Amino acid sequence: MRADDVGSSLETESAIPVQPLYDRGSLPPDWDPDERLGRPGRPPYTRGPDEDMYRERPWIMAQYSGFSIPEETNKRIKRLIEAGQTGFSMALDLPTQVGLDSDDPRAAGEVGKVGVPIDSLRDMEILLEGVDLRALRQPRTTANSIGPMMVALFLCAAEKQGVRPEEFSVLLQNDVLKEYVVRGTYIFPPVHGVRLTSDVIEYCGKYLPHWTSINVCGGHYREAGGTAVQELAFSFADAIVYLDEAQRRGTPLQDQVSTIWFFFNAHSDLLEEVAKFRAARRMWDTLLRTRYHIEHAPARALRILAYTGGSTLTRQEPMNNIIRVTLNALAGALGGVQTMGTSSYDEGIALPSDDAAMISLRTQQIIAYESGVTRTADPLGGSYFVESLTDELERLAWAEIEKVEAMGGATVAIESGYFRNAIADSAYRWEMDVASGARVKVGLNAFTIADERDGPQIAAFKTDRSAQHHMTERLKDLRATRDKNAVELQLGNLRAAAANPNTNLIPALTDCFRVYATLGEVVSALESVFGRYEQGLSRIGG
Amino acid sequence: MPQRVLIAKPGLDGHDRGGLVVARILRDAGFEVIYSGLRQSPDVIAHTAVSEDVDLVGISLLSGSHLEHCAAIRQRLDELGANDVPIVIGGVIPDEDIPTLREIGVSAVVGVGATPSEVVSAVVDSIASTCIRPVGEGDR
Repeated sequence: MRADDVGSSLETESAIPVQPLYDRGSLPPDWDPDERLGRPGRPPYTRGPDEDMYRERPWIMAQYSGFSIPEETNKRIKRLIEAGQTGFSMALDLPTQVGLDSDDPRAAGEVGKVGVPIDSLRDMEILLEGVDLRALRQPRTTANSIGPMMVALFLCAAEKQGVRPEEFSVLLQNDVLKEYVVRGTYIFPPVHGVRLTSDVIEYCGKYLPHWTSINVCGGHYREAGGTAVQELAFSFADAIVYLDEAQRRGTPLQDQVSTIWFFFNAHSDLLEEVAKFRAARRMWDTLLRTRYHIEHAPARALRILAYTGGSTLTRQEPMNNIIRVTLNALAGALGGVQTMGTSSYDEGIALPSDDAAMISLRTQQIIAYESGVTRTADPLGGSYFVESLTDELERLAWAEIEKVEAMGGATVAIESGYFRNAIADSAYRWEMDVASGARVKVGLNAFTIADERDGPQIAAFKTDRSAQHHMTERLKDLRATRDKNAVELQLGNLRAAAANPNTNLIPALTDCFRVYATLGEVVSALESVFGRYEQGLSRIGG
Repeated sequence: MPQRVLIAKPGLDGHDRGGLVVARILRDAGFEVIYSGLRQSPDVIAHTAVSEDVDLVGISLLSGSHLEHCAAIRQRLDELGANDVPIVIGGVIPDEDIPTLREIGVSAVVGVGATPSEVVSAVVDSIASTCIRPVGEGDR
């Protein structure tokens, strides 16, 4: 494409048409800033969940890390803490996320590949060796189907360190519903998955009010190709399932709700993204007030974890991705998020190198400490355009939520394939728009340089079998040295607890891990009661 | 009869955006597309290909274990007598693995950044070059 032929779309990424100018007439005559915006730290929280926002300290900077074996991850955590990172993530490998031990044949080739393998409490001990849980502002994990298992493992690890659970806090992803649609690490049928997720929400509401029991995930819908509207709508529809279940249980709903966060993507349409974060906070306040009658206003303040969009990056001219990540992260900062993770510019080519991971952290630090955007809360609040976009996103998202509710709610919409098809259709539209040039990706479909068309070679993933060997040896030793009878006894108790749908499973899980039952054994025990979920064939057109 | 393609996801990797977009590209090019669902074993994929009588198997992989999975699926297809069903792979595939994939019997590799028309060409050409039916029938 020649420069004159390249035109930037006049619609936002969610296909909202944008006018040449926004002014007083762009907002309804009865648009009342006191009602629509309020003050930061006050309902409806459009302007942020805290009064001071970033004036005292910026958001928590939490990079995605965790690779290979627990020993290596432990070293990386220590290094990042030294560099000033304030939260750390524990990315788990795929076998762990689907509840397979490292010596399971189905785990072959996947151990330690996209995260750290955790087979038992012993791996948690190694991972946290020399790391004081109390010194971390916010450890977090990608456990979803195994959400309550991770809670139990953290409780046992803390017990070993002599640290009480009140002295540290963990941020759990623990959102099983989107796994059936876009992320794929489901284990049990949805009804049992929701029970496990809800066990964590209830347990934290009761005993660990300062932990984050769940990150209701919109971000994965976005990364899979969904629009900002679908990201908001589907995550809220999922949240409604968890809230209905939380309400059904005996623990006061307000206590449970206070432990819920959301995870959103920070994507490339800068102002639409800012509007999205603001709309999400107002929607949460509305939902909790009107549908769940949460009277205590602070319990309705939504806290957001944002991660920059890996799917906005290109393999071609990879250094351009540093600029894309900067813009995405700026949207998070201007949108008032509480925790942010940024991508590495080389993500499309290989697993992030150390240098790229450092630039990614530096990007956040430069925005937080040099750009000046942290000096005041919600700096774009009151902009005619941003307020119009915030209203429009909210309106479109509620309309979509109502559509899902009319189908019978998120669980039904997921099982019928509605969510999945809607997301895939959006992804397809996007790819077609990129192919036609209707959407511009610089260096990919516009202003391309002939030599760069294919981009750098994709570096070979290390199909490193040594991690699997290492973990298998440790499991062999573990199985030989632990108290077998105690393990059998506790797994039996777990099966019995699982058979009673009104029992919260976290105490039984903790008892299992304390005597060094493995994650795979625990999941098998639950599978004998719950069964396993299979996605099955689907037909697309013809 | 439209030609049929099975899009398959072996291994534990749950990222199916690419596979589902390719499914839609092929649908719009006139194919009937069957999607395997996640975490299918090579054995199940090969059996599905045979029982659904597909003309091509498209494998989507981002986890790095493409060599093992492609070899296993090719072998099972051959054992089931489906040696005329070509395999095309898409996803994150290092260039240095392409010769090995060819030796295994993979007809085409559709890399990151392939355009929709390149995807369709790879599938049409792969079916045409291994198809025992007269050339021309697959034209559309």
